[in-house]
Amino acid sequence: MTVKLTHEGVTASGSELYCLNMGPQHPSTHGVLRVVLELDGETVVRAIPVLGYLHRGIEKLAESRTYPQFIPFTDRLDYVSSMCNNLAYCQTVEKLMTVEVPERAEYIRVIMAELNRIASHMLFIGATALDLGGMTGMMYTFRDRERILDLFNLASGSRLTYSYVRIGGVMNDISPEFVNLLRAFLADLPGMLQEYDDLINGNEIFQARLRDVSIVPASRLVSLGVTGPVLRAAGIAYDLRRKKPYGIYDRFQFDIPAGTVGDNWERYLMRVLEISESAKIIAQALEGLPEGPVMAKIPKVIKPPVGEVYHANESPRGELGFHIVSDGSTKPYRLHIRRPTFYNLGSIDALCRGVKIADVAAVLAVLDPCMGEADA
Amino acid sequence: MQESASFWLGLGRSLKKIAQDATGSVWMAEMIHTLAAVVAILSIILLSALVLVYLERKVCAWMQMRLGPNRLGPFGIFQTIADILKLMTKEDIQPTLVSPIMWALAPILLFMAAMTTYAVIPFDAGVIFADLNIGIFFFLAVGSQASLPLLMAGWSSNNKYAMIGGMRTVAQMISYEIPLVFSILGVVMITGSMKMSDIVKAQEGLWFIVTQPVAFVIYIIAATAETNRIPFDLVEAESELVAGPFTEYSGMRWAYFFLAEYAFMVGASCVAATLFLGGWNGPWLPGWIWFFLKVSAMIFLFMWFRWTFPRIRVDQLMSFGWKVLLPLSIANVVLTGIGLWLFFPLN
Repeated sequence: MTVKLTHEGVTASGSELYCLNMGPQHPSTHGVLRVVLELDGETVVRAIPVLGYLHRGIEKLAESRTYPQFIPFTDRLDYVSSMCNNLAYCQTVEKLMTVEVPERAEYIRVIMAELNRIASHMLFIGATALDLGGMTGMMYTFRDRERILDLFNLASGSRLTYSYVRIGGVMNDISPEFVNLLRAFLADLPGMLQEYDDLINGNEIFQARLRDVSIVPASRLVSLGVTGPVLRAAGIAYDLRRKKPYGIYDRFQFDIPAGTVGDNWERYLMRVLEISESAKIIAQALEGLPEGPVMAKIPKVIKPPVGEVYHANESPRGELGFHIVSDGSTKPYRLHIRRPTFYNLGSIDALCRGVKIADVAAVLAVLDPCMGEADA
Repeated sequence: MQESASFWLGLGRSLKKIAQDATGSVWMAEMIHTLAAVVAILSIILLSALVLVYLERKVCAWMQMRLGPNRLGPFGIFQTIADILKLMTKEDIQPTLVSPIMWALAPILLFMAAMTTYAVIPFDAGVIFADLNIGIFFFLAVGSQASLPLLMAGWSSNNKYAMIGGMRTVAQMISYEIPLVFSILGVVMITGSMKMSDIVKAQEGLWFIVTQPVAFVIYIIAATAETNRIPFDLVEAESELVAGPFTEYSGMRWAYFFLAEYAFMVGASCVAATLFLGGWNGPWLPGWIWFFLKVSAMIFLFMWFRWTFPRIRVDQLMSFGWKVLLPLSIANVVLTGIGLWLFFPLN
């Protein structure tokens, strides 16, 4: 794709603008994102995101797959929070079929989704440290994320693409060993967060790099369709777990962290705070975990009735929605995914104008894009 | 202490004598003596780079809870040799649109600047290539030449990332050269000489880190910026500029930049040890071992910075250099002057 530049020529200060192509192969673009930057020296005049380098046509593929067959495809959307994707998709199909999910399965789903949120945010913290030049931070968050992946491995047999949440329940029941390991993890979590605080968040340079950078009014973010921690940092406590509780989220006590300034630092801080909130939810879910089956009685061949449905979850990156149009057959007639990263990336231009090149890396880091999701 | 110094000096003297006996000419003997010193300095740089690449990876691994290289030889000590072999056997890629002469010259010039600074470093009492009257000034003057090859590399690479990196080099080096010079000025004022050996001799009783702590901190910060290491590695800035001026270089050409970076780091550590940590002074052990230990401690400090700090932004770098470090270093010079005037009015 060729990008036509509008600001060609000379600025008021007399300097000539130039164009810098960042990506799709660049150390800090989180995969294959391409950003075309128009620069005045080191200052960004305009930033144009170019997507599509990882497009696999997942929405189109859904039309030739049965409903259960599509679950593994959702794993490959936002591959660092596959549980949340599985959950959002399965709940959409369940909404279409009006299936009652067993209590135990609901609790396990909440535990898994929140664990995945912690894992995703840990990756975020490490990746942000890396993008700001502090390479050691990443190792510590990845070490701790590994414990969550081990837990997932124990439950689902896989470390990244779980396909654990199924239509009508979950794949397997969790073992007592899982519960013990999870309790141990929750006990260690405050220590881990303290370590991140010492090494990453507490660093003067790290804070100076993020504070008061790329402040955008909340109204602008809303009109751009930005959701998730980036929007909450701007002061709007929009979290679907609270605003439109799905599953059994209305049963848990937790806070929605929201910022006041809306700079990169608060965008970063939202994730750190959300880790503790997710841990609270998991602890409550573990307390209330009932006995019973983990799979509802659903037909062998899933044939939802004719109709369409939209259902959205709060994924670690924002509002993840599935829109399914059913024609009564075993395959969806049309499936659309509202991918939060895709919408969040639309705000790059608004966030990057007037910042330095170095802050483009910081902005990309705090947007926490996952290109598998953005390009679908 | 005195014995060790005489060991190295004796080695040099006997070499000269052998050369004089063999060739029968004083002039030839002097030449061979000088050549031997140059080779010695070159091997110090290459050996230290060899060790430091391994050490950097090990230190980094310790800080990141990893094992680091441990496959080749005991504790992976042959890893660097494998690295060098890899770099030497790599294809020498010259992009089509570079400016060939400037592009090829840049790594060599940078390494030359790095090597020349070693001329004035006193490794032990008397063991110094050229004990100039303006020793420390020579170090600064030659060290500041590093900005030019980096700019050359950035400009001639015909790559925007490289060019931004090259431009940053100049801005950064000029901004941090000035506090660096002012921080050293305090030491020079106390000593009353810019000669390296005089500065070390003045610290036989008390190291200048005690009398000039602020200058030491300023020196460390400015030297980190001068050697382009995190948190001031804006020139290379991997997550922004890919590799800055080095983007278009590969194989041994790239290795020269790498070598020069290590040489500058060791050089800056040597000067820190000389100016603030008493140089070769120290009890029991021979002087050159003391010097080696002090330099190692400084190098470890630089590595510690690199593996725990994030990178500072370019405008913050500038404002920190001009608004914090420069006034602080000038204040230090003024205070040193007042102190000298109060306590040593006769001087």
